[in-house]
Amino acid sequence: MIVSTQKPFEEILAALEGGSRVFIIGCAKCATVCKAGGEEEVFRMQEALTAAAKEVTGTMVIDETCHMPRTARDLRSRRDQVDEADFLLVLSCGAGIQSVAEASGKKVVAGTDSRFLGNIRRFGQFEQRCSLCGDCRLNDSGGVCPVTVCAKGLLNGPCGGMEDGACEVDRNNRCAWVTIYERLERQGRVGGLDAITQARDFAHKRHPKSLTLEK
Amino acid sequence: MPSLLAQSLSANKFVITAEVAPPKGGDPSALLRSAADVAPCVDAVNVTDNQGANMRMTPLVAAGLLVAEGIEPILQLTCRDRNRLALQSDLLGAAALGIHNILALTGDDIGCGDHPHGMAVFDLDSVLLLQAVSALNRGVDMNGAPLAGATHFFVGAAAAPEVEPFASTRPKLAKKATAGARFFQTQAVFDPRRLAMFCDTVRPLDVKVIAGILVIKSARMAEFINRNIPGLKVPQTVIERLRGANDPAAEGVRIAAELAGQCRTICDGVHIMSMGRDEVVPEIVAAVRN
Repeated sequence: MIVSTQKPFEEILAALEGGSRVFIIGCAKCATVCKAGGEEEVFRMQEALTAAAKEVTGTMVIDETCHMPRTARDLRSRRDQVDEADFLLVLSCGAGIQSVAEASGKKVVAGTDSRFLGNIRRFGQFEQRCSLCGDCRLNDSGGVCPVTVCAKGLLNGPCGGMEDGACEVDRNNRCAWVTIYERLERQGRVGGLDAITQARDFAHKRHPKSLTLEK
Repeated sequence: MPSLLAQSLSANKFVITAEVAPPKGGDPSALLRSAADVAPCVDAVNVTDNQGANMRMTPLVAAGLLVAEGIEPILQLTCRDRNRLALQSDLLGAAALGIHNILALTGDDIGCGDHPHGMAVFDLDSVLLLQAVSALNRGVDMNGAPLAGATHFFVGAAAAPEVEPFASTRPKLAKKATAGARFFQTQAVFDPRRLAMFCDTVRPLDVKVIAGILVIKSARMAEFINRNIPGLKVPQTVIERLRGANDPAAEGVRIAAELAGQCRTICDGVHIMSMGRDEVVPEIVAAVRN
């Protein structure tokens, strides 16, 4: 899922400068799970904005704001409240915010920062394991992604900053390469680490990307 | 091979290297003074690359200035600040400046330096950088396209003999050798037995080992290093010895000289990291040479 966090309220208020009427949009998927833009957060935002002397013309939580036709359809269903607003405040990931901007053509305010593609460790705790590099190396690294879990994204083993198995960048994290080594050792295949992993193909990181499935 | 360091190592001479840091500014005079102080008693002088991720003069130019003074530099090159184009083009520039030795490094985390909000590159890692240097030495770039003439670099890599868990670092050491590393300059060592074990482990790789010797001024400095410098760990016994000494700075030099002397029978050379105290380098060298 896409992990996002709400921007500080003062920053949101500053972005709403010059308009008093706001329509608030949340997302029922990722932003709900990470508590950045679900029903509850949308309601709290409405209260906070009202207390800050803004008029909230309406609110809605769209089921997947990244789904562009659905977002357009849902916004049409509330056209009066949307049209009445000076700003649409969106509490979803950056993809959803842009769906809203495109579908409405109105001034959109991003109320969140999109942080990472996250695994859910437990309720309210998320960890980045995949960075969508487009060139998956998990088959060679014991199912641990060196591009993501190694803070430097190193492909061929630990850096000189590893100490007692801890990562140089954050001593609270285990070095990805120590984890990879230990896992492959348990599986009897550390020999797989002898071959040099060649440089990444950063052409996979060019953007904007798109994909159209063949019919 | 034009590298004097390479010639000395292949003649099985025990080599000594020291290091200088390029200045945080455009005036190279302090760098040149420092290099002139240490150069006469060592085989080569490492020039650090934005060490600790602190922005300083490019080591490429600093090393070039040393060459002009008749000093043999070891150009440290990290993967943190340059992508594959910049690394290779700097290497070609180094060749043009008469720089013969390269130490290929990953680079410290950018977050620990003076530009923590910058982007760390890591397009290549140290193994892939070594491979790129080897390609240039064969007269091609890392994609195999021919160069107008091959380079002749003597290239080395870092190693950490006392790191735990050591086994997890072994595959990378072997890959560094495969990728073309001809020498290891190690992180600071403190235990000669651990160094000997390390040398036994890497012997099949046929890579020369130059052991890192850290000169510590005081117990406080040792504790600061342990807290703040990645990959460096001063053992408690050394800290206690410094704490108990009447003149800790002199004791630190004695510790370094003793250790460097012990290295003579274990490895192929020592690399003295004097932490800015250039004046102690000749003293340690004298202790090793006698």
